[in-house]
Amino acid sequence: MKRLDRSIKVRSEGLYALSSWSEMAYLLAPRLLLIVGLLAVPFFVDMYWQRVLCSAGIYALLALGFDFLAEYVGLVCLGGAFFIGTGGYIAGLLNHHFHLPPLVTIPIATVAGAAISTLVLIPCLRLRGIYFAIISFMFPLFAVFIIIALNVFGGTEGISALDTFPSIWLELYLILAAVLVSLFAIRRLVNEDMGIILRGVKDNDQAVRASGIDITAYKTRAVFIAAMLGCFGGAYLSHLYGWLGLSLFAMDFSILPIAATVMGGMGSLVGPVLGAFILTPMSEALRGFGQLRVVLYCLILIAFMVYKPEGIMNFLQRKYHQFEKWEKV
Amino acid sequence: MAGDAILKISKLSKSFGGVQAIMNVGFELERGQILGIIGPNGSGKTTLVNLITGFVKPDKGEILFNGKDITALPPHKIANLGLTRTFQVMRPYHSLSAFKNLIVPLNSPRVKRSAAGKLGDVDAVAIDILEEVGFERDARVPYKVAGSLPLGYLKRLELGRCIALRPEVIICDEVFSGLSMSEISSLIPLLERLRMEGISMMMIEHRLRELFRLANRIVVLTFGQKIAEGSPEAVMNNQMVKEAYLGTETKA
Amino acid sequence: MEILIYGTVNSVVFALIALGFTLVYGVSRVPNFAHGSIYVLVGFLTWSFVNDLNLNYAVAVILSILIAAIIGLLIYRIVLIRLRGMATSEIIASFAVSLIILEGLRMQGIAGFKGFIGPFYVLKPFVDGKVELFGIFVDYQRLIIVAVGGALVIALSLFTHHTKIGLSLRAIAQDERAAMMLGVNSDRMAMIAMSIGSALAGLAAVAILPLGNITAEVGYRVLIYALAVCIIGGLGSWGGAILASFVIGFAMKISTALFGALWESVVLVGTIILILLFRPSGLLGKQKELEERV
Repeated sequence: MKRLDRSIKVRSEGLYALSSWSEMAYLLAPRLLLIVGLLAVPFFVDMYWQRVLCSAGIYALLALGFDFLAEYVGLVCLGGAFFIGTGGYIAGLLNHHFHLPPLVTIPIATVAGAAISTLVLIPCLRLRGIYFAIISFMFPLFAVFIIIALNVFGGTEGISALDTFPSIWLELYLILAAVLVSLFAIRRLVNEDMGIILRGVKDNDQAVRASGIDITAYKTRAVFIAAMLGCFGGAYLSHLYGWLGLSLFAMDFSILPIAATVMGGMGSLVGPVLGAFILTPMSEALRGFGQLRVVLYCLILIAFMVYKPEGIMNFLQRKYHQFEKWEKV
Repeated sequence: MAGDAILKISKLSKSFGGVQAIMNVGFELERGQILGIIGPNGSGKTTLVNLITGFVKPDKGEILFNGKDITALPPHKIANLGLTRTFQVMRPYHSLSAFKNLIVPLNSPRVKRSAAGKLGDVDAVAIDILEEVGFERDARVPYKVAGSLPLGYLKRLELGRCIALRPEVIICDEVFSGLSMSEISSLIPLLERLRMEGISMMMIEHRLRELFRLANRIVVLTFGQKIAEGSPEAVMNNQMVKEAYLGTETKA
Repeated sequence: MEILIYGTVNSVVFALIALGFTLVYGVSRVPNFAHGSIYVLVGFLTWSFVNDLNLNYAVAVILSILIAAIIGLLIYRIVLIRLRGMATSEIIASFAVSLIILEGLRMQGIAGFKGFIGPFYVLKPFVDGKVELFGIFVDYQRLIIVAVGGALVIALSLFTHHTKIGLSLRAIAQDERAAMMLGVNSDRMAMIAMSIGSALAGLAAVAILPLGNITAEVGYRVLIYALAVCIIGGLGSWGGAILASFVIGFAMKISTALFGALWESVVLVGTIILILLFRPSGLLGKQKELEERV
């Protein structure tokens, strides 16, 4: 009996090269499955569900950001909606007032939105994680209060008639590409030096400080990265429906990514993405039930947390690595 | 240059809401020497380390490192100047493998600035450092997840973390505690080798016998105050030190 | 003068809301994000008991507060107890519970409860009518709020200083390990804290809700207020919570007088950001808040 996985595990831990085709296939197969699967799905569903897929992509970006911050930096972000709203509003306003095309507004909104979000979150990065959780929770709600109070940016009505994308295929593959690129980029990042430092911050931030690293600077960079994911999603969203309004700050954007992450497997990065692609269609199917959906996400979340905290992907990954292959002696 | 003070502490005081943890403490650490800090539990030794390394701000007093005032600096800046410390409560980055623990200090500005900072492969350097502190490369110990290592290795990892920063001073906070006699005897040569390489050390310890073999000078703290300072022999014979540890005689 | 009276009332409102949250956080270091939802739940239960079941008002109040305490206990026992120590999970879980309750209440037509829309749900004030105080007309209800607040602070301080359970709670809040070594059961204390905290939320709800409507949005607002008070006053500090309540209470009333009601939220956000920048551990917070001490 040959354990296919063992040699790979030892070698990839020790940074050696892989040498056999079967081993390479073992590692590549799931990843290829993911990429091909995701890119192929749009061909099999009708227009309505393609739109749902686009939404799922946005939630996937948020879930990815949440997982990154929570499991690799130690910051629980309860306000993903803030990133969506900031990105969406910036893109929409640029489009509405300056008539810049989506191709220009989206990148600008991604970077500028991330910068602004990070800036307002900086004051609490010096403090313990719970402050970040509280503040990030409050910000989407505050943004709504302020927009209503000062009646700016379209106030309660929002702004409509923004440019949309020329074709559904562009919409779809833009977001799917964004999700895949982000997923692999962050995967890479957490194993690079910066990622290792961030994980050190999560495990034991005092030791990191004692090693000469300015943890606030690193946390800021991490938040910026996660914010970029969310702001891109928001900018994309405002051009998807051609409309911006207070609903960009909806609680839905904050909670569904969290549920997707817990269900998909915290820390696995790909789990949250898959979780988003499972929960979003499910939530669409339940659209008739109104707010019951949120109750449902939360119940699922709590059920997973209490009974299967590792989540689906961690479970599957564990099992995959324990896979044994019988060979004739 | 032996004989000049690399670390000068004067009139250091700190109280926490009514409890005077450190009161008017002052001493010097000379370059290339090992200074031992001893005292009964609760005498403020760890607070002293926290004050020196910037984790806690003192109420009064001054700390000079290489002539530079570091009293108000945050911990990472102090570490970047070359003053490192170990932690009494061992907390490695438990989800990362041992050598990856060292990648954190190897990415500090101090290491990156230095000439050797143009490192080709950070991972290889990390493993080399671990080998220096006694992680057997062949048994693949450096690759083990830090959370699974036994205490002896964790202490060495802590020292490795400091060494990775190419420090001038290492403050060891109870590095011998929890180790067996044989583990300590294998740690001592490492410390002596560090001293020979020119690193000055300040060791907070309870294991007096081992400490006295290593240290050049001893400072004794009780209830946050310095009650004695001198060579190990002088301190051992000091009446006040004996009373601090053992108590005074009661008249029968 | 008007500002003084309404400012005081407003401050007591904040204090009532925040005290339950502070208690739970102080004892178990778990931020009970469900606090606001329990507040609304109690309001709603009282309303149903009075209107649908035609119970006596006082009975309804007492019943709902008891139910709140039980729910708080259950939340801890079923969900949080398995997550103790894992900070990220605790936060996520209590947040999820909060949403379950609030969004659940927002639903329409389920199990006979009508949805939460508009001004249909109003609790009657305890006593109708106003009284004149220094030339300003003040509702009795507002005075009752202040009275309840004052009585509560006194009752709580007596409780925590003179009863065995209260002292145990304080012990756990100050130093968990030491208290545990002396025989105090940390989980049990956390459960007690959660029930008392939830009961306090209920009490606050019953006192304050008659001033306005019961909606799900109120739940989020209450949670934000509680969090704001704790941040500004210092997480875990009682005196800080009370001080912060007064600071915020008056600041918001003064800004309303000067700039108009819409700027209230802006003032709140501004105060929080100011505190985070200049005095991060809060007005009366201990240094511990900045980073864990080594």
